[in-house]
Amino acid sequence: MAASPTTSVPRQVTRHVVLVVFVLLMIYPLLWMVVSSFKPSNLILSQTGLFPSEVTLENYADGWDALGSPFSLFLGNSLLIGVGSVLGNLFSCSLTAYALARLNFRMSKVYLALTLMTIMLPFHVLVIPQYILFADLGWINTYIPLLLPKFLATDAVFIFLMVQFIRSLPRELDQAAMIDGAGPFRIFWSVILPLMQPALITTTIFTFIWTWNDYFGPLLYLTRTELYTVPVALKSLVDTETQSGIGTMFAMSLLSLVPIVLFFIFAQRYIIKGIATTGIK
Amino acid sequence: MMTLTSSKDTGRRDPGATGAPGAAGSSGAAGGKPPRGRTKPSGGTRGQGLVAHIFLLPWMIGMVGVTAGPLVASLVLAFTDYDLLSTPQFIGLDNFVRMAGDERFWAAVRVTLVYVLVSVPLQLGFALFLAVVLDKGLRGLSLYRSAFYLPSLLGGSVAIAILWRQIFGENGLVNHVLGWFGIELGSWLQDPSLALSTLVVLNVWTFGSPMVIFLAGLRQIPEELYEASMIDGAGRVRRFWSITIPLLTPIIFLNLILQMISAFQAFTQAHVVSGGSGGPLDSTLFYTLYIYQRGFVNFDMGYASAMAWVLLLVIAAATAANFIVSRRWVYYGDE
Repeated sequence: MAASPTTSVPRQVTRHVVLVVFVLLMIYPLLWMVVSSFKPSNLILSQTGLFPSEVTLENYADGWDALGSPFSLFLGNSLLIGVGSVLGNLFSCSLTAYALARLNFRMSKVYLALTLMTIMLPFHVLVIPQYILFADLGWINTYIPLLLPKFLATDAVFIFLMVQFIRSLPRELDQAAMIDGAGPFRIFWSVILPLMQPALITTTIFTFIWTWNDYFGPLLYLTRTELYTVPVALKSLVDTETQSGIGTMFAMSLLSLVPIVLFFIFAQRYIIKGIATTGIK
Repeated sequence: MMTLTSSKDTGRRDPGATGAPGAAGSSGAAGGKPPRGRTKPSGGTRGQGLVAHIFLLPWMIGMVGVTAGPLVASLVLAFTDYDLLSTPQFIGLDNFVRMAGDERFWAAVRVTLVYVLVSVPLQLGFALFLAVVLDKGLRGLSLYRSAFYLPSLLGGSVAIAILWRQIFGENGLVNHVLGWFGIELGSWLQDPSLALSTLVVLNVWTFGSPMVIFLAGLRQIPEELYEASMIDGAGRVRRFWSITIPLLTPIIFLNLILQMISAFQAFTQAHVVSGGSGGPLDSTLFYTLYIYQRGFVNFDMGYASAMAWVLLLVIAAATAANFIVSRRWVYYGDE
């Protein structure tokens, strides 16, 4: 888009200068962390600039093995839970959203209202009985408490997102398929689901990022180190800070952010759109 | 916001629109006219109820087992003494009475309220300011937007909490910069009067997601309004206060509700930055952190449930209050 005629060139320039300074201010801590992760630990705090006097990969090598098991184990655990959660949400939320948006039955309004209300529910009101239940079932130190709720459509935000999306699709498509003899399952699978792709992608991205960052769930349910996900593994690095040093913490922290940054780079369009239409963070 | 209103609209259209395919299906089989007269629109749709409930099976199990059941269970637990090992003892309102006399409870309330009341307005202020600066046909808009948004994706992670501990440490970046101005401070995290502000800064740092919502809202303001007001001689400032702000109030309101609810529930950052203690001197003892300590460190499950319900009621009350007050300042067009 061209600059509007009322905005003068000097004004544009000042605007850019202000913005660039602001961006740098915000991003500086991240850049500093990246650079610091390649510096020897004892130099990190004394050097605040972005140009290291000494470069080393030691932090990565040390951090990788700092917790007894190689860090790849925790990355793998997180990946497993992330992928599992994505599959769960795609499966359960799309089924639910289709029924609520398209099928005609008496309770549909009530169910949708219930679902929307659960978005507002603070997690802490549910977590104590959930914990008691899962502990009773012997599921502590398994991934079931983290994965099962995803297969039961408990992330209501995504149901909301998908319902909105399905409602924007023309009903003539369903009707045409119905005339051809397709039942609700066929229509869902061959008509609606393929058209829902953008909503499914948004769900995938946010589910993955949220579960990747999730700290509270793994903190509660996982107590054995070899089951740790990345966030709880990082926390135990912090707890042993004196031995591991800042450099190793920074190095492993950065590794943990890589998948998120990759999503951010390659799927930004969907992320921005997802926030703008549902307000998810 | 746009989505909220549109959902209402489509909701209203639904029964009429879905009536058609149902009728077409049954009349096709009968080969006659659509059975209009006697069947009510909802009566003819009973056939899809069974199919719908098959689709909804996972949701229903989740609703009962993971959401509604635990919700009721925690309400019941709130009136008991329960340590996870022995059977729960009904103790009436004792948990709530204890709460009233619990200094740490009040510390947690204070910390959380300060956090919500300070960090949310600041965060939204930054978000709105930058959205307005970025709005009108600026070159490189998407680049700036990305840079400002990135912290929102990262801000909830343990990795960033670890970074924050170093930045605000005794020899951290912040104290370095303050040193240039002759200000000497110790570690922010050890100082009860400063520790909470590091978490406020962290929340403000994630202003990118409300900013993206503001940007989407700004797009909805018709350009003609600005053109008309310019013809009338309105200046830049005047246009901002008389057009941009009033038309953006629904989005400001939406952002306020979303960010407030999430700020009330902040946990990860306080847990990592304070090492799980909420210290120094309970100065970062977020409400949820205290629930966690009582419930999962002391196994005082009854008390923790009672606290969780108080949180739920406070959030509900704060949201309701916002909705009531919003009638005074949120502008929904044609009124």
